[in-house]
Order: sequence, then C-alpha cells, then structure tokens
Amino acid sequence: MTTRDSLKNPSRRRFVVGTAAAGGGLALGIGLPLDAAAQADKLTGAPGEVNAWVVIKPDDTCVIRIARAEMGQGTHTGLAQLVAEELECDWQKVTIEPITPHANLARNRVWKDMSTGGSRGIRGSNDYVRQGGAAARLMLLQAAAKRLDVGVGELTVANGVITHAASGRKVTYGEVAADAAKLTPPDMKSIKLKDPRAWKVAGKPMKRLDTAPKVNGTHMFAIDLKMPGLLNAAIKDCPVFGGKVKSFDAAAIANRPGVKGAVKVGDTAVAVVADTWWHAKTALDALPIVWDEGENAKQSSATIAARLKDGLTSNENFFAYRADGDAGKVIAGAKKKLDAVYSTPFLSHSCMEPMNCTVRISANKAEAWTATQNAEASMAALAAVSGLPLEKCETYNHGLGGGFGRRGGPQDFVRHAAMIARQFPDTPVKLIWSREEDQAHDFYRPISQCRLQGALDASGNLEALHIRVSGQSINAWMAPHNIKDGKDSRQVQGYYTEAGDAQFGYTVPNLLIEYAMRNTHVPVGPWRGVNTNQNAVYLECFIEECARAAGKDSFEFRRAMLKDHPKHLGVLEAAAKVGDWGKPLPRGRHRGIAQFMGYGSYTAAVAEVSVSPKGEVKVHRMVLATNCGHAVNPATIAAQVEGSVAYGFDHLLNEITIDQGRVQETNFHLYTPARLYQLPKVETVIVPTYDFWGGVGEPTICVTAPSVLNAIFAATGKPVRTLPLKHSGLTLV
Amino acid sequence: MLELEINGRTSRVDVEGDTPLLWVLREQVGLTGTKYGCGIAQCGACTVHVDGTPTRSCSFPVSAAVGKKITTIEGLSPDSTNPIQQAWVQLDVPQCGYCQSGQIMAATALLKAHPRPTDAQIDEAMSNICRCGTYQRIRAAIHLAAGDDQGPGSVIHMEGAAK
Repeated sequence: MTTRDSLKNPSRRRFVVGTAAAGGGLALGIGLPLDAAAQADKLTGAPGEVNAWVVIKPDDTCVIRIARAEMGQGTHTGLAQLVAEELECDWQKVTIEPITPHANLARNRVWKDMSTGGSRGIRGSNDYVRQGGAAARLMLLQAAAKRLDVGVGELTVANGVITHAASGRKVTYGEVAADAAKLTPPDMKSIKLKDPRAWKVAGKPMKRLDTAPKVNGTHMFAIDLKMPGLLNAAIKDCPVFGGKVKSFDAAAIANRPGVKGAVKVGDTAVAVVADTWWHAKTALDALPIVWDEGENAKQSSATIAARLKDGLTSNENFFAYRADGDAGKVIAGAKKKLDAVYSTPFLSHSCMEPMNCTVRISANKAEAWTATQNAEASMAALAAVSGLPLEKCETYNHGLGGGFGRRGGPQDFVRHAAMIARQFPDTPVKLIWSREEDQAHDFYRPISQCRLQGALDASGNLEALHIRVSGQSINAWMAPHNIKDGKDSRQVQGYYTEAGDAQFGYTVPNLLIEYAMRNTHVPVGPWRGVNTNQNAVYLECFIEECARAAGKDSFEFRRAMLKDHPKHLGVLEAAAKVGDWGKPLPRGRHRGIAQFMGYGSYTAAVAEVSVSPKGEVKVHRMVLATNCGHAVNPATIAAQVEGSVAYGFDHLLNEITIDQGRVQETNFHLYTPARLYQLPKVETVIVPTYDFWGGVGEPTICVTAPSVLNAIFAATGKPVRTLPLKHSGLTLV
Repeated sequence: MLELEINGRTSRVDVEGDTPLLWVLREQVGLTGTKYGCGIAQCGACTVHVDGTPTRSCSFPVSAAVGKKITTIEGLSPDSTNPIQQAWVQLDVPQCGYCQSGQIMAATALLKAHPRPTDAQIDEAMSNICRCGTYQRIRAAIHLAAGDDQGPGSVIHMEGAAK
C-alpha cells in the first residue's frame, strides 16, 4: 500500500503536490520578476482609474475591481459593498470587474492574494479593500476642491455627489475622476475607516450584483467558452489512484467522427481530442486502454477502515495536541464513563460544473480559461506545464459553477488541459471532465474515525475527556511543509486551544486531544468546512451522549461548560432562544442542539426532527446561529447558511467508498446530493459582536449534521455514530 | 442533416441521430445556457422543454426532438420577464448559478401544470440538484411567481450583540 504516514515515503504524488504548492500566491510573490514593479509603473490606468480598486466613468458608473473568485458565495457583492461604503458612491451605479493574475503580477500584486478559500474572501481582505475605497474618496474630494477652488474640509459627499454647502455647488464623481486619477494617493496609514455600526451600504441585505445573467442562461461559465477553431478533449485517468497508463490503441478510434487524436496525459491519463466534446467523450469510451493499476488496486474501504481503527488505540504514529490534567487516569478511575467510536467517510465535492479548462499554447504565450478558486495558482500551473515564464502566461477566470475547495490547491484541471494543449500548438483545446471522471478523481474530504472517552463526576459534570482522531491528513497530501515535527494540528481543527480560528469552547479539567495520522492512497483536500465538519460531529454527538448519561438537558449541559468562552456561549443561547429550546413540540418531533467554532466564526444550531418506525428521518426545521463578527450582507449570510445545510446533508446521505483501489460512487445515482424535498425550513440567526472578522461560507456547516444527529438520538434513544445514515438503517425523507 | 425547431426558430444540424439533444444545443446550435451536469438524467441541469414537457436533454437523442418544439432557457422570454425569472431575481435565488437554467425550466413547467402549486407538488417536480443549496429560495420564488407570496425565502433574525 502506498501511504505516506509521517512523510517517510515520498511518492510520485509529492511532485504533484509540489507543483500545487508552488502555485500559491506567496510563492508567486517571491518569484516576482525584477522588472515587474517597473512594468506596473508603465501601465497606464484605464480612464477614470482613481486607484487599483476604483474606476469611475464620466456617466458616474463606478467599477469596483475584485481579486477574489466568485463561486456563488456572494463575495463579489460583499467586497463591492465594503469598497462602496468607504467610497461613498451611488450603490445603484456600481458594477464589478474581476482582475486577472497577469495584471496583478504586472502591478506588483497590488490586489494581493487572489486565492479564495477557507471562508477568507471577505475577512481576509476587508481592510485593504476598504482602504482602497476610502483612498479613492479622498482623492475625488481633493480633485473636487481644486475644481471648485475651495478647501476639502468645506465639501461633503453622498452617493457620488460632492457638495459645497456654502455655495450650493455640486460636482459628481464622474466629473472629477480623471483629475483625481492624476493625484498622489494618500498615505494609507492616515486613512481612518468608518465604524461598522455606522455602515449604510455594507451591513445591509443588498441584492447580489450577479443575479440577472444567471436567470436567462447568459452567465458564462468556463465550460461555455466559445472560440474559433476550438477543439474539445475528454479525459480518462487511471481508475486506481496511483496507477498508470500501460498502453492504448489510438488506431481503434481514429476513424470515428471528428476525432483528431488520442494523447497521453502525463503517466496516468489518456485524452481524446475531437471537434466536439460529445465526439471526444464517446470516442474515449470506445478507446481500448490498458492500465498498470499497481499495488493500490488491492485497497478497499475495508482495508482503509482497519488502518484507521488501528490508529484509534495505537501507541505509534500519533501525537498529543493538548493535554490538560490527566484525562487517562481520571477516566480509568471514574465510576461513570463513556466510550464511543465515530466514523465519517470520504466525501466528494461534486461541483455542478464539472472540472474544465481551455488552454492555448503558442511559442510565446500560454493562456488558460477556467473556473478557479486561485487564478494565480492556475497561472503558475500553466507556466509549469507550458515551460513559459509567468509574464507570458495569462489566466482568465470565469464564474465558478461551484467550488467548495475543489478548485483551489490542486489545479489538476489546468495542468491536464495544458498537457493536452501543448500537443496541439496554437490551438485552443477545451478539456471537460465527464461527471464520472469528476467523481472518480477528486481530492476528497478526508476519511477519519474518532474514539471519545469521557468521565462524569458524581454531579454529572464532564470531568475528563479523551479525543483520539485517526485519519488521513490533508497537509500530508497537499502541503507537507505545513507539518512540523510530524505533528499535523490541521486535522484537529475545531479543537484548537488558541482563540481566533477554530477554538475548542468547552472547559474540561482533564482534557486529552490526540491525532494519529493514517494516510491512504486516496487524494484528499479541503471540502467546505473541513476539518471542522467531521470534528464537530465527533465532539458534539459525544457531548450529547454525555449529557444524556448525566441526565441533564442538552442545552444546559453545554452551557455550563462554555462559561469561559462567552462568544461560543452567545451563539448557543441565540440558537436555543430562536429555536424554542425547551418549548413543547408536536407529538413525534424532537430537538437536537450543537455548537462549534470554525473559520473564524462561532456557530450553533437547533434541529427539529421526526423519525418514523421505518427509520425515515424528516428534518422539519433548523435554526442556525452565527457570530461572524461583522455581518457585511445579512441576505448573503442567510443564503450561505441555507446552503451549508444542503451541503452538510452530504454527511447524512453520502459516502465515497473504495473497492479495488477505485471510487465506487461515480455519478449521482450512487452519490446522491440532497434534493429540495429533503431540506427543512432554515432560519438564520446573526449575532454580530462587531469586534472581529469571521468567515461565512463554511462555519455553519459544522453544526448542521451534529444538530440533526442529536435530534435523531432524542427521537430514537440511540446515537448515530457511523455516517452516512444508511449504516444505521435510516433514510432522509 | 436534421431540422430542429428551437425557441421558435429552425436550426439545421449535421449530427449523428443518437447525439444527446444537450450537446447539439451546446455545440452545434451554440445555446450554452443549458448545462451538462451528470449525463444520466439525474441532476436536471440540462432541463429543456420538448413540446412543453420538461425533459432532461442529456439523455434525449436529438433524433427524437425532430418535429417537436424545443424551448431552452434562452427562449423562455426575450427579456427575463417570465414570472419565474422575475421571482428568481426578486428573491436573489442563484448562488453559483450553474443549475439555475434547469431549475427555472423545471419550475416554469410546474407552473404550467399547476398554476398554484402546493409544497408537495413543488417537492415532486423540483428534483434538480443544486449543490449551493438554493432550495429554500427556489420554493419561495415558485410560490411568489404563482401569486402565492409566502415571504422572502430567507428567514433572518438579527440578535443583539452577544456577550
């Protein structure tokens, strides 16, 4: 078995990982060509470009430039709100314009990081985009003061109209933008940003700026790209991860309609290139390919599970992340103790838009049109495969048909498309993965098991807790440099000691948290809310077991243990209040509660569930509370909360299993995302404390599954410890 | 050469008769609003109307569409004024937007069959997959388009500052 426990065994995948890691924004920054700054100075801005963020046209249209990717999460609208808030422009005249990584590189990365993941789109760039908006406002005011021959202090501005109250004269942003563009920008350190409590555009439930083209078919996704002379490619990678192409018979499909050729893609894949994708796909299906499947073909879900099980109790290859008091001793001597093993499977991203990328490589230029969460990493991947320097590469990012972490680090879609396109010089080639290929070659949410042991004292208080997570490491696969001394704390995300990102909220006097890295041959990566979404299931379902064993109310049991962490407690209380915790329910309905922290925000949920005698689970209502610090757009936050419930239901419904080294759930008849009828009525509770910036896209997914599972426990009297639900004889209706 | 009637216009296409209608629309006719999601009629991203019936075009051979009236998202209305499209805009339904052409085609067909659909009818008709999870707003937007306004779709409680 090819594994990389403790990174002793660097496999061929390391190269892939290295390429991906080198594509990160930071690496690009270091690799900035020496003349880039000079080049940036030479770039003449667009007419009316007040600064990098703001372009104002003579008709007062305000173009706000955005570096982060939009995959549906609403970041483009939210960032535009933040810029517009400081700019004081007319929100009705705002449009947004994405930038390209080439432009970012040429201008010395003035727009900073383009990577969009980890719920960082807004919280990670709020300061400099707001400063950009404020700086533009100051320059526009200065230009107006000169135009009107008055002091800047005598001017006021609202909705892009500058007024000199004393004389009653007015000028618009559009009238002075060209003058403002010539001024020296103010010192960023001198800029005072608004108090968020006084926001007028940010903080409000503004409508999204990108809805109209999404209801009439005109919103262009990367997969929709049309170009003269475009060829199409379909790809098949060795079904067994780590396997290779032995041979294929290109002659067998040479005479099929439209086929231009069959080509090898690296060591592992074959692609057919044709006039249309349908011709390429059907020819690929008919292409005889012989694989060298290798040793990994012996792996299955059973062998992987056995390996993880070993990690639950093994004295080797693990580390203690946190050890307060002496949990082992207290548990061993306790009169009332609990011991449970939970497990969560691999899950696929299953973005609705399958992976795709169009690449054209010429002698002096390489271009990629794709859907990416990190356009700079895409460009780096293109440079690596084409052999051309970054300055001769460009990547055009389109609206993403879903991301969820799939379209960030790996960039396999760009690399594979470039490997194919370089065999067809000067010709644009669009590579689209079939759904089967997309399902079978993902970077899955890592698999893990967790053993939890607890001890209750005579008063029913949790006096000791021992958590041992055993499972695959994302860092080992994608970013081994992040693992220090073999200790990979990323896999205990949500159990962190320190405040800020994903802090463990409970106070338990004897607390032992351990992680045993047990890697597999299956590629893993970020997946909306990873690793907090698995770890929340473990912790919050086990806390429920403890509360019930103690004979205490689920809410009060948690509340008592959260007293040292008021923000965790605050959202729990908000969810309980709005979720009517403790109030009567219709016969047959039961509630479950959960809290967790992830991606910089505090979350809690209350779920109402009924379970039929046949094991049919109906989720009727869910109330999810979040404290994300500042709430930039409550309507978008609600959309993300609702979305996190639907995506979080993958926990209940789905798993990726392995047989003979390969994925079994190759399409939506076997991997069944939640449908409309299965979703409850979702209510969003926003509890902003205005003293930090937290994420929105991911945090609430953490509490989705545990609150439902705890409600099922309340209904059936039995904990659900193995996901998805079918392993407990339950279905979601 | 096959002759197709798409969005009220005649298109002549030179394809094999077993080519799925989806790929003819996207690759021959150039109507890319209809999306590829799964290829096995599970997700509904490719939903179009064939003689008014919502049809998953990824699994519908083009030869079977000859002589029938095909409507795609582009032909639903000239200016996004179909009540479903308007409701979708009003409630900001789409997130990434990829599945929404199919969702809208399924929803417009539902309203034609049931002008005031019940929740149970919505549950049954709207089996299209949305990974972003826009389902709650989809339900509300269908009710809104049917003249049965049940609110904005999202329920938002703003709670005072936590401790």
